[in-house]
Amino acid sequence: MALNPDFVGRTYAPAGSYLVGREKVREFALAIGDDSPIFRDLEAARASGYADLVAPPTFAVILALQSSRVVVRDPELGLDYSRVVHGEQRFAYARPIVAGDELVVTTSIESIRTAAGNDMITTRGDIASLDGEPVVTTWSLLVARGAEADA
Amino acid sequence: MSPRLADVEVGHELPTQTFRVTRADLIRYAGASGDFNVIHWNQRIATEVGLPDVIAHGMLTMALAARVVTDWLEDPAALVEYGVRFTRPVVVPDDDAGALLQVSAKVTALAEDGTAQIAVTASCEGATVLGRAQAVVRLA
Repeated sequence: MALNPDFVGRTYAPAGSYLVGREKVREFALAIGDDSPIFRDLEAARASGYADLVAPPTFAVILALQSSRVVVRDPELGLDYSRVVHGEQRFAYARPIVAGDELVVTTSIESIRTAAGNDMITTRGDIASLDGEPVVTTWSLLVARGAEADA
Repeated sequence: MSPRLADVEVGHELPTQTFRVTRADLIRYAGASGDFNVIHWNQRIATEVGLPDVIAHGMLTMALAARVVTDWLEDPAALVEYGVRFTRPVVVPDDDAGALLQVSAKVTALAEDGTAQIAVTASCEGATVLGRAQAVVRLA
């Protein structure tokens, strides 16, 4: 079933804020095996001019996932969650995320198209601080694989 | 020392790195990222949906590939943009050896605004696993 292209431009207000924890940053850096001191050592981060531990660039995936879930679970859109795979991911950074940041994500649907029987939807998440400072923009291409069995 | 724009030319190759990814790494990444999709830890479900075995999170592959760029940059604030396509899964067998991800990168363009474009290549067992993997970095 093709998705309705009228949903392009639909925007979802932030569902709540995300407080970036220092230990979460350490946990994420450990999980990707990155031992750069600014991700792990508070003094090193401060010596480099940051207020607290710096989050590795792809830390923003935590917020990107929350953002794309909002779209995937929109009952009106009718995306079949069980068939969704992550096709592409892109981040544009205004500045690095730092522990102590309290962030909100505004989500929107940037494009919808169908190719080879698959629905492709690009969601955009504008990640900003509570006072509206842009931090990271994230784009996720979600692909809902067409099912021959349903044809 | 961080690379400087004046010292970098189109074609400049960043130091290549190899990353080992085991099942334990996938569990750790699931917890850290909040992506608990079962295909990244449950062999039964992964094979039921047609995968050869448990596969790594695309975002973990993306994160490891980024390290080639950020290790070279040293300052993460110099990363302006980073994007990838997930073209082929990284299959992670249930053994201690896991999967080996090889990542290389090179400068493909220099812009007048002081940014450089970097093309990243990530492969596993000789096959590329990311497509159009590109970073834009700002150099001093």
